[in-house]
Amino acid sequence: MEHIRSVTRPPHTEGDTGEIATSLNDTQFYHHQKRIALRNCGFINPESIDEYIGVDGYTALSRILTEQTPPQEIIDAIKASGLRGRGGAGFATGMKWQFTADAVSDDGVKYVCCNADEGDPGAFMDRSVLEGDPFSVLEAMTIAAYAVDSHQGYIYIRAEYPIAVKRLQIAITQAKEYGLLGQNILNSGFDFELELRLGAGAFVCGEETALLVSIEGKRGEPRPRPPFPAVKGLFARPTLLNNVETYANITWILNNGADEFAAIGTEKSKGTKVFALGGKIVNTGLVEIPMGTTLRTIIEDIGGGIPNGKKFKAAQTGGPSGGCIPADLIDTPIDYDSLTAIGSMMGSGGLIVMDEDNCMVDIAKFFLEFIIDESCGKCAPCRIGTKRLHELLCKITDGNGTMEDLDTIVELCYHLKSSSLCALGQSAPNPVLSTLTRFRSEYEAHVLEKRCPAGVCKNLLHYEILADKCKGCTLCARNCPADAISGTVKGLHTIDQEKCIKCGVCMDHCKFDAVVRH
Amino acid sequence: MKTLEELQAIRETMQKQLNVRESDGNNIRVVVGMATCGIAAGARPVLTAFLDEVNQHNLDHITVTQTGCIGVCRLEPIVEIFAPGEEKVTYVNMKPEMVPVIVNEHLVNHKIVTEYTIGAAE
Amino acid sequence: METKQINLKIDHIPVAVPEGTTVLEAARSAGIKIPTLCYLKDLNEIGACRICVVEVKGARSLMASCVYPVSEGMEVFTNTEAVRKSRRLTLELILSNHRMECLTCSRSGSCELQQLALEFGVDTVRYYTGRPQPQPETSTLHLVRDNSKCVLCRRCAAACRKTQEVGVIGPNDRGFQTHIGSAFDRDLNEVDCVSCGQCVVACPTGALTVKDDTQQVWAALADPTKHVVVGAAPSVRVQLGECFGMPVGTNVEGKMLTALRRLGFDKVFDVNHAADMTIMEEGTEFLHRLQEGGTLPLITSCSPGWVRYCEQHHPDMLSHVSTCKSPQQMFGSLVKSYYAEQAGIDPKDIFVVSIMPCTAKKYEVKREEQRMANGCMPVDVSLTTQELARMITAAGLMFTQLPDGEVDPMLGMASGAGVIFGATGGVMEAALRTVVEVVTNGEMKPLEFKQVRGMQGVKEASFELPGKTVRVCVASGLANAKQVLDGVKSGALQYDFIEFMGCPGGCVNGGGQPVQSAEIRSFTDVRGLRAAALYSQDQRMTYRKSHENPYVQKIYSDYLEKPGSHKAHALLHCTYAPQKKYRV
Repeated sequence: MEHIRSVTRPPHTEGDTGEIATSLNDTQFYHHQKRIALRNCGFINPESIDEYIGVDGYTALSRILTEQTPPQEIIDAIKASGLRGRGGAGFATGMKWQFTADAVSDDGVKYVCCNADEGDPGAFMDRSVLEGDPFSVLEAMTIAAYAVDSHQGYIYIRAEYPIAVKRLQIAITQAKEYGLLGQNILNSGFDFELELRLGAGAFVCGEETALLVSIEGKRGEPRPRPPFPAVKGLFARPTLLNNVETYANITWILNNGADEFAAIGTEKSKGTKVFALGGKIVNTGLVEIPMGTTLRTIIEDIGGGIPNGKKFKAAQTGGPSGGCIPADLIDTPIDYDSLTAIGSMMGSGGLIVMDEDNCMVDIAKFFLEFIIDESCGKCAPCRIGTKRLHELLCKITDGNGTMEDLDTIVELCYHLKSSSLCALGQSAPNPVLSTLTRFRSEYEAHVLEKRCPAGVCKNLLHYEILADKCKGCTLCARNCPADAISGTVKGLHTIDQEKCIKCGVCMDHCKFDAVVRH
Repeated sequence: MKTLEELQAIRETMQKQLNVRESDGNNIRVVVGMATCGIAAGARPVLTAFLDEVNQHNLDHITVTQTGCIGVCRLEPIVEIFAPGEEKVTYVNMKPEMVPVIVNEHLVNHKIVTEYTIGAAE
Repeated sequence: METKQINLKIDHIPVAVPEGTTVLEAARSAGIKIPTLCYLKDLNEIGACRICVVEVKGARSLMASCVYPVSEGMEVFTNTEAVRKSRRLTLELILSNHRMECLTCSRSGSCELQQLALEFGVDTVRYYTGRPQPQPETSTLHLVRDNSKCVLCRRCAAACRKTQEVGVIGPNDRGFQTHIGSAFDRDLNEVDCVSCGQCVVACPTGALTVKDDTQQVWAALADPTKHVVVGAAPSVRVQLGECFGMPVGTNVEGKMLTALRRLGFDKVFDVNHAADMTIMEEGTEFLHRLQEGGTLPLITSCSPGWVRYCEQHHPDMLSHVSTCKSPQQMFGSLVKSYYAEQAGIDPKDIFVVSIMPCTAKKYEVKREEQRMANGCMPVDVSLTTQELARMITAAGLMFTQLPDGEVDPMLGMASGAGVIFGATGGVMEAALRTVVEVVTNGEMKPLEFKQVRGMQGVKEASFELPGKTVRVCVASGLANAKQVLDGVKSGALQYDFIEFMGCPGGCVNGGGQPVQSAEIRSFTDVRGLRAAALYSQDQRMTYRKSHENPYVQKIYSDYLEKPGSHKAHALLHCTYAPQKKYRV
């Protein structure tokens, strides 16, 4: 049974007679969460600045501007909170603000930007924050601008998020009407103009330098660092660029105190993280949990376990840049350093759950296909290397792989990690490397036995009609799109392996379980 | 342009409005999840249905509004009801035809429609 | 303000360089050459190819040394096993997507990719190479684009966009599909390419090559019915030696003339002479405009790349462009009129070949407005320095051992003013030598105008003459030309006479020049050395002003009457017209 489990009844119990939870707050799903970044999502109307103010919105900004809080004090608070970038890199946010504040701009212009180009497949944390609580981002950016001495900001948001774009535009308009954005905010003399810039369908524009180059109107390709954006970023001026979720934490920290935030999480990973749970899990959705929560809690308690009684195989964090956490590491705490230590990474928060019916080679291939599509093409290792890696993986899933290919794959993976120009190329091999390390036997089955243990890789599948079960009803032959099945009425039917396209339609149609798949 | 005092006033008013549980009136807040997940699942007709029902029956003490992602996306469209003195109620897998039932039984007669709630969902 | 010195260690060697220096340049100063592919100093510094990677202590991954700035106490390792392996693997990847046609590729021997593969001992390419390769694009008259050999270094795009401000080619699509192309992947002759060939100069491989027209010349030479005449441009004689291993900037005029003679040309003239003619005509035109209140500033027209740029991008400035034909075209026109009459040969039987440092000349020779009254086109084929070198090699001539030869003087003897045309500022200086003398009625007889010399992109000078101050400007590279034009149009800049050359540094840096590697181009002043050789030759010559050249005076006294005469106009002048940028 796959009910949303209630805290009022014991978990993992089949057949309930107790009370059912009528409120989300009473469910296992919700019980383990601590919503900071998502504190207002699902509660207030995102298109109402009044409701945002009603939940203590703009109190931080008002206090700062009326008291003329020294910018260094704000930066110190963010540093003390231990907040790290939620976009994936996990760089200490306070330090980034410090670098940008310290940087000298030749003409005094500095920029504050927001990375809303959420591109990881399966990730929708930033989208939810922008659709549900856009003002929190606006307020945080305004405070950041005050702290680093900037007066112009840009939110770079992917065009594939039209609702988020609309809600942001509404929020900006309302904030300007109330004098909380634009010239002379709250009569303090502080100006901060904020504009939206839409992406154009490139994952690589979520990379810091590529994003800034894209705002400049050029081809969205990363550039080598140093110089770092904090020193020389947008239009060659010092620029602060933070992720949406990072900004969503700022006012909570300033209103509740850095210590409150630092009290949550682990030693090096403070606060909470939003995860987009997807894949083979009962409760797909958006969760926010304290850093350090184990994967087991996420999958079994919050997620409600694996549907259809299947066995948990692995969880992928970090999307195409991340690695797989196998079942035997299910008690790994989820924080920046623990994940890096086991060959994965936090990433932006996408968490894909896989079960025994997923083929890890196929999963690696899937992420690589995404990378190939999105590679910008500037540097040779990523542009050509990812393609060649993919070709090697296809060789393996087609049944033509050799053990030598596995060595070549490993060599190519390490080459990409060390030689690519940007993090896209440097982290592209992570899914391949982590699946190869953790599930080597699966790869070897593909190579040595020409067999896909999970039954996914089409070219390695072999459909057969069992003689003792076939009744000769001709249903399979009539439905075969490749005309690969022959047989007389009431006689044994056979599949011509040369013609078979492994679609599985015969197996779907057979009423006698006579068609089996190896 | 709002002054600090005006903002304070808005904050106080809205706090009361939003904090339905602690309030001592009979104001009920109906919140419909209208993030991409909700809209994709069909939340707009549900929102419209609520607005229509509430208007039709002149239920002035009921505020129907939209909100962002509530979190348990697979059960969208989701509607949460905030009533004074009560824990919020989460209705899931909402369809427009379920709306009159909820309005009538829950909002008017204060009887939770348990089979529509999250606990009953599969 | 003094720049801070930074101390670092490269391969354990202590190095001190100014702040802002890259690791690549710092290594050079310590005698270490880090290999590169996409790097071209001041033009393309993007860290894209990942060949120049080095290990930097404390860094997370390998760093591209061509863009990594030095910092105090940095420790760099340029030659570890990891670095060498990385370079080899990157090369293998590039080669896996490269059509390897080395045996028949015109860049074999000078290809930078080939050189790297040799240096790094890449003898196998393990990755899948069976990809369909794009076909070469040959729509223009001057170059062949072969994306199957492109390594996506972006040097061509940088040259076109930054130096020439035309920006007609660049990366299209992304990822593995990235390829260099024009807008919407149109053919190059459908967009506003100006044929300057700077992209060819920048290309490290055989992806961009000059179109080879030598077959036409061989055929003409072998044809007994054709009287084949050749003339080389000023720059060729200070470039040609490089094709035979001689140092950059060696003047090989004598050997060049011998080689041309031995190749079988019936007459070996010299375009330097025609350059003198150009000064006569253009100087007269300038004086006329100056004194009669004509359209000023007058802008030179010998650079067909600049002319095309003007016609396409600044058609409103065409009235400023001199009506003079370029020296190449004047040369051909005189051969097929004056020389033809003198020699008693039907112009239709004369095949004129020019040797140019320029790719745009291949386009210029086909321009319809160049056609003469007798129906002939002045020049039949324009070859580049590279193509001449190929002919010389194919003919078995041991170039470096050739004795010095002589030119046929009728249309071959030139003054020093004609020689310096190849350098940026050369045309201006040559013109001033004549113009100033005429304007001052012989009182001022200037010889050298150092103010307009040098490799700066934009130079200006003014000269106080009796009753008039003449203000001149010299710019090379079309981005600089645009800058000047914008100033002239807005009124911020006031000039009387402007020399524009399409190629930065002038013709010595033209699209048809001998191939030089990125390393040489980045760290040697190739243009300056070649230009210096021209100025040296000028200094040694008997006649240094165009109007003093007896072979120029003779043409006017015998044939054209005087500069600017009706006959001179018919033969040596033409008009230009606005052209569409996009011909789709």
